[in-house]
Amino acid sequence: MPKTYDPAIGTEIINSYGARPELLVQILHAFIDRYSYLHEAALRQIADELNISRADLHGVVSFYHDFRTAPPGRTVVKICQAEACQSMGSRELTAHAEKTIGIPLNNTTSDGEVTLEPVYCLGNCACSPAVMIDNNVYGRVDSKRLDQLLAGREH
Amino acid sequence: MAGSITVFVPRETSAVSLGADKVAAEIVSSAAARNIEIDLKRNGSWGMTWLEPLVEVVVDGERIAYGKVAPENVASLFEAGFLTGGEHPLKVGNTADIPWLRNQDRWTFRRCGLIDPLSIEEYRANGGFAGFEKALQAGSAGVLAEVSTSGLRGRGGAGFPTGIKWKTVAEAVADQKYIACNADEGDSGTFSDRMLMEGDPFTLIEGMLIAAVAVGATRGYVYLRSEYPLTRVVFSKALAAARERGWLGTNIMGSGVDFDIDLHIGAGSYVCGEETAMLESLEGKAGLIRYKPPLPALQGLFGKPTVVNNVITLASVPEIIARGGDAYAALGTGRSKGTLAFQLAGNIRRGGLVEKAFGLTLRELIEDWGGGTFTGRDLRAVQVGGPLGSYFPAELLDTPLDYEAFSEKSGLIGHGGVVVFDDQVDMAQQARFAMEFCAVESCGKCTPCRIGSVRGVEVIDRIIANEDRATNMALLKELCDTMVDGSLCAMGGLTPFPVRSAVKYFPKDFAGDSVVQAQEGVSK
Repeated sequence: MPKTYDPAIGTEIINSYGARPELLVQILHAFIDRYSYLHEAALRQIADELNISRADLHGVVSFYHDFRTAPPGRTVVKICQAEACQSMGSRELTAHAEKTIGIPLNNTTSDGEVTLEPVYCLGNCACSPAVMIDNNVYGRVDSKRLDQLLAGREH
Repeated sequence: MAGSITVFVPRETSAVSLGADKVAAEIVSSAAARNIEIDLKRNGSWGMTWLEPLVEVVVDGERIAYGKVAPENVASLFEAGFLTGGEHPLKVGNTADIPWLRNQDRWTFRRCGLIDPLSIEEYRANGGFAGFEKALQAGSAGVLAEVSTSGLRGRGGAGFPTGIKWKTVAEAVADQKYIACNADEGDSGTFSDRMLMEGDPFTLIEGMLIAAVAVGATRGYVYLRSEYPLTRVVFSKALAAARERGWLGTNIMGSGVDFDIDLHIGAGSYVCGEETAMLESLEGKAGLIRYKPPLPALQGLFGKPTVVNNVITLASVPEIIARGGDAYAALGTGRSKGTLAFQLAGNIRRGGLVEKAFGLTLRELIEDWGGGTFTGRDLRAVQVGGPLGSYFPAELLDTPLDYEAFSEKSGLIGHGGVVVFDDQVDMAQQARFAMEFCAVESCGKCTPCRIGSVRGVEVIDRIIANEDRATNMALLKELCDTMVDGSLCAMGGLTPFPVRSAVKYFPKDFAGDSVVQAQEGVSK
């Protein structure tokens, strides 16, 4: 992922959606796909080029869990917290992850390596508990398998 | 043996989450190393998640299944001659003969697992687009009549009669109408939308085409949740293939019908599964729910008449049109006509998707198909219908699965998810989670939901901590009533149901004996 923000690329993304304000949610996704989070400069540019207010944009960005405004860790680990996974021990799995990674949910390690987040259902409920690591879904994840996944032995 | 051998390995989220991609790669490289020519196909899942990754080999026209295949099993499968159906500890037998599958009523999912999901030829060869072709002959009135006759009700959760909704949109006068498909499948314990879109995506496209013919719409949207990245890949390819082959676009197959579909991706909000919040999100806004009326059928997307239907509702339609509404209505019971794709999830030995006519009992589903709990311990609670559904104790397992029978017991069939818990569950924690989830996911538009859910967590925390229990139980009852009566949508309005049912059926988890008596009034 590029670290510095390039307004020319921003314009390119916005124009690929015809700069249509009704496509804002899709446009924000495209920025996240490219930069992993929404830079302050990108937000200013999106508001300008879609001709919407910063307040309206903030309302949309802050509403959705996906639209992060700070850089995530190199690896993003999401552990499902919903009922089906709870019934198979996701609370214990989450506690294990918090302990081994050393941070509570909704945080990033100080070295910027790992972000640990909750997710509410990955649709993998017949093989719970489910975990998503960088957009890959894993099923029947116990503490041991999570450790292996985090160590990159099963990626 | 002449020609290559066909091997199927599903490309479906659950199968992949259990290693299907690696199994497929291992089979390909092992076959190459042995100079054996194989044709490896990535099908959808048959829904037997408990057997995934399920590898099938075509032998003499029959599909022979091997279940729970790990990459390290591949070498021994080759040694056992699995390409000719050889014996192996993982061999399940002829796929079509597996009782779990054979005893279902596969209607909407009849092609799922069977075909290559992205092959229009295989789709056509197995009855695909027959419904659309018949719809073109029947016209709007004919399609509306068949859908009404079928008794189909919305499979997203609300169970509203589809025929009435479509008729309302058809009769509305407007320069533009839309079909908006809700694929924001956020309920825990549900994955039928995902399996359909990964395993037989053209069925959804065909269902939307038929809806377009019925109401006179020219544009469609599919709103898919971002938590389903593989579904996005598969469905995008299906849209591209349909477009390329003339099944989407202008003058579709020379019929004069114009229709195309845009795929929109949600952004991690549960409440966007509520139809009006979804419409807001499709318009690029925050997913705040809208007041009703006006109904989306009259003023929906961008203020225009819009059919908003769940994936399974739309995907059930092609077969209804092809075979007639009567054939569908002949299945099911009472006012719950046809089939539902039930999803067995959580602490269950044989989890997966079971499409059955309405009317079987929850016990049959959990015991006959599910085989009881995964842990082998006693079943203590079942939550049907997602996070807004009531928790049922084991005593209610004989409740038949139909909309009315469930509602009588304050239950919810919803989108058909069945989440099983064993005897280790703490129901006070589950009640707390219901409120917590509502607090996290509330859109914030109405006070009972936005504030009530936060207060709900606090009250339950005080009950768990044994602080002035009787008073707090009374407060919880009042709070639940306020949320049910005063919330704008089902998020706040149904969150109290799991809470009330947990208190009603599992009072010991909330209290010592003294409080148990004081609780009778909490749940209705």
